[in-house]
Amino acid sequence: MVKKLDITQGLPDPSKVMDEIMAKYPTKIAKKRQKSLVINDPAEGKEIQANVRTIPGIITQRGCTYAGCKGVVLGPTRDIINLVHGPIGCSFYAWLTRRNQTRPAEGEDNFITYSFSTDIQDSNIVFGGEAKLKDAVREAFEIFKPKAIGIFSTCPVGLIGDDVHSVSREMKEELGINIFGFSCEGYRGVSQSAGHHIANNGVFKNVIGNNNRDRIGKFQINLLGEYNIGGDAFELERLFDEAGITLLSTFSGNSTIESMEYAHTADLNLIMCHRSINYIAEMMEEKYGIPWVKVSFIGAEGSAKALRKVAEYFDDAELSAKVEEIIDREMKKVIAVREAVKAKTEGKLAMMFVGGSRAHHYQDLFAEIGVTTVSAGYEFAHRDDYEGRDVIPSIKIDADTRNIEDLTVEKDIELYREDLAVKKEKLLKNGYEFSNYDGMMPEMKKNSLVIDDINHWETEKLIEYYKPDIFCAGIKEKYVVQKSGVPLKQLHSYDYGGPYAGFEGAINFYLEMERMLCTRIWKMVNTPWKTDPEIVGSFAINE
Amino acid sequence: MLLNHTTSKIVERKALTVNPAKTCQPIGAMYAALGVHGCLPHSHGSQGCCSYHRSTLTRHYKEPVMAATSSFTEGSSVFGGQANLLQAITNIFTIYEPDIIAVHSTCLSETIGDDLGQIVSKAASDGKIPEGKHVIQAPTPSYVGSHVTGYANMLEGIVKYFAKKSDELKNQLNILSGWVEPSDMRELKRILKLMKVKNVLLPDTSDVLDSPMTGKFEMYPKGGTTIPEMVSMGDSLHTIALGEWATEKAAVNLDNQCKVKFSMQDLPIGIQATDRFIQSLAKLGSVSVPESINDERGRLVDVITDMHQYLYNKRVALWGDPDQLIPLAEFLVDMDMKPVYIVSGTPGKAFEKRMEKILGKSVPEAKYKNGANADMLLMHQWIKENPVDLLIGNTYGKYISRDENIPFVRMGFPIIDRVGHSYFPTLGYMGGLRILEKILSVLMDRQDATCPEESFELVM
Repeated sequence: MVKKLDITQGLPDPSKVMDEIMAKYPTKIAKKRQKSLVINDPAEGKEIQANVRTIPGIITQRGCTYAGCKGVVLGPTRDIINLVHGPIGCSFYAWLTRRNQTRPAEGEDNFITYSFSTDIQDSNIVFGGEAKLKDAVREAFEIFKPKAIGIFSTCPVGLIGDDVHSVSREMKEELGINIFGFSCEGYRGVSQSAGHHIANNGVFKNVIGNNNRDRIGKFQINLLGEYNIGGDAFELERLFDEAGITLLSTFSGNSTIESMEYAHTADLNLIMCHRSINYIAEMMEEKYGIPWVKVSFIGAEGSAKALRKVAEYFDDAELSAKVEEIIDREMKKVIAVREAVKAKTEGKLAMMFVGGSRAHHYQDLFAEIGVTTVSAGYEFAHRDDYEGRDVIPSIKIDADTRNIEDLTVEKDIELYREDLAVKKEKLLKNGYEFSNYDGMMPEMKKNSLVIDDINHWETEKLIEYYKPDIFCAGIKEKYVVQKSGVPLKQLHSYDYGGPYAGFEGAINFYLEMERMLCTRIWKMVNTPWKTDPEIVGSFAINE
Repeated sequence: MLLNHTTSKIVERKALTVNPAKTCQPIGAMYAALGVHGCLPHSHGSQGCCSYHRSTLTRHYKEPVMAATSSFTEGSSVFGGQANLLQAITNIFTIYEPDIIAVHSTCLSETIGDDLGQIVSKAASDGKIPEGKHVIQAPTPSYVGSHVTGYANMLEGIVKYFAKKSDELKNQLNILSGWVEPSDMRELKRILKLMKVKNVLLPDTSDVLDSPMTGKFEMYPKGGTTIPEMVSMGDSLHTIALGEWATEKAAVNLDNQCKVKFSMQDLPIGIQATDRFIQSLAKLGSVSVPESINDERGRLVDVITDMHQYLYNKRVALWGDPDQLIPLAEFLVDMDMKPVYIVSGTPGKAFEKRMEKILGKSVPEAKYKNGANADMLLMHQWIKENPVDLLIGNTYGKYISRDENIPFVRMGFPIIDRVGHSYFPTLGYMGGLRILEKILSVLMDRQDATCPEESFELVM
């Protein structure tokens, strides 16, 4: 075993290991990758290269635009039939694999367990697939009678020019239900991120605002960018319910088409995953005047902060008192577990490379049990997720970004909430932060290594260098890292555990870290005869 | 109910697939290439394909699955992917240092007309393939066939590239393995060793996708068919190809290219298919069947006779790939079980003929379908019409199993919620014994859990 990295005097300068990493790359590649590896200095505020193309041949964590659109944003909805127009694989691989939990009431639709595909064949590639798509929509309608159908375009159908939008319009007319298409071909954009944007646009254009329902609660909010993996959203629903906050719509964990249709009647949007959903929040503010705030319910402290932020926004004594009561009660439970776990985990080192917000959020949870994050990065984030939204005006718009439509949104004169705009102005004066996200880097330690779109070679070298006690990433990295003797916690699928959001979630995570960081099994990797050599002889050889 | 919208009312479908019993070609190519030593599979298409295939294989094996991608963008989709692949080849050899890159295409690169052969030739003539290194390729359009077709295409690509005929005939047999688990490939090698037949097994994912924990990650584990072995396949006495869908193309190619004749066989699942395999090994290898093999067979038949009452007339639904389903159905019939519903999304006319032969007389009520719209929704609807006692198939069956309260044995691909398939084979007589034990366990557990208390049996 390599001696553990000593961080008692602060994190070491990783320049040397960075040089070793770069030395292996062809010159051009090294030049490009160099900009995506940044030695952090929160005081200085360094620039990182992000949301750029992955280099061909590099073993990346990233997926495609379709995965971001269908897999991430629309996949977790429960009563929309998500019909994939393409060869069978795209629908097959996104079938139940992201662990988005749903809990329909008796008699409500739930299609999460189904995979729908047009399974296009070579004849469709040659002659076009629109006719088959129409038939598939009709068949889906006849068999399942859904309230809505989303149609997802995949690489080959985009190339042959099948128009999922016109088919959607035609079928909507014919069948009388909401049907909408997404041009989320895998080759668009540079990662899943493009797919998030496309999904945001489609939902905003075709769904949000379709139902001007009357108010049902005193404090109405939406939760954006919470996909209910492992039941995270259920834990948050529990908290909001108890506090008397009406959660209208979650985008999109356990969501229904109806809940999205009246999402614009909310008073406030909370953003969990900034990367995947900030577009909808921005557009809802422009059109309906609903302000948004960035929160994180990952970590007990973050959860308390988020609840207080909501209470402060509504400025209601009863609500504030209720929120404090909840926080007080929950934190007692949290602290009891946290202190017991922290005694065993304090001083351990973590690395995390995942998603577009989780690599930031989970640092808080680790910090709560005394684990230091030495290196982290996102898979598909943009510069603002690293450096904060202040840098947005200075982000260079390249061809890949230009390919993704940027909707022009206008104020809805009738529905625009002037009252909320006034409220926002007033709160801003008191120092309340809206529409802001500071990103990951300002909160990370000096000399921590921040890496965008980390690849296999870099992962291997950094494990060797940091010898972390735990590594967080996804399923593709899981066993690569574990074979190196380092436990890996999946932060997409949670290794089939969770929830990790909210207070109960924090407790679950602490206990999970206690399990992973204190297991005996890693001590058994080496054979006893490795250190206690065999006696070579032939007494018992049976030949 | 997990599949609350599935009813027994079957609506004729011609366009919509629901809950597929197949996936797409490239994942099969990736899996086959992992059975070659020192080989890095490469997906020529969007990043998502590679990511999805690696994820699915990783979930199934709980092992590292390494592969690279051409990372297409919109630009490459318009102008062609040649530049991406050429750059990828350079980067892979520089950074990841495999001996072989096995490139497969995707629906994207096929639709835009990228010619892998031409691009690889260009890579060679441009000096991008270092001395002693190899780039092999296989077309795997996702809109043709299924994951099994992709496996077959990559296998063909491998032998096409490596197998060479020299003047020297080698006293060995080629064994082309269909899509089976590392445990099965290990079992094939064990059987071949018992039979004392010299052979080359291709592909061989044992010691690749079942590697031990050592505290050190090996990008290219010790397993996999080696280059000299693959080259020598052109000089072998004969080829035994196991599983028509997965191996026929490669077998035909060896015959055409190197004049190595082949016998097309089923995967040795169950008694009769294993009998045929053993007999052809004996015949083609000119060896006698050792007593130990007779004993293994005898033990399997013995257990069936011992436990026959729990198997007799049990109705079974199965789904998966033709190469597995055909011998499995035969095995079930041999045990007097009734495979009444069988679906496979993998097309191929031979499926129906083979099933008719196996089931026509013995299970005349059987329904089977493969290819377009032969999916798990259809099978579930058949079950709703008239239930079964047992399900055999991949992990996705757990939803039907729970809803309909039917015992379930996991076999096939993918199995992403249990372990064991990587380590315990289902091929050969010993594999048959494992299938039998699994079937008996779930059926007898069911009886124990549901029978009236007065008839709860101690001895069974």
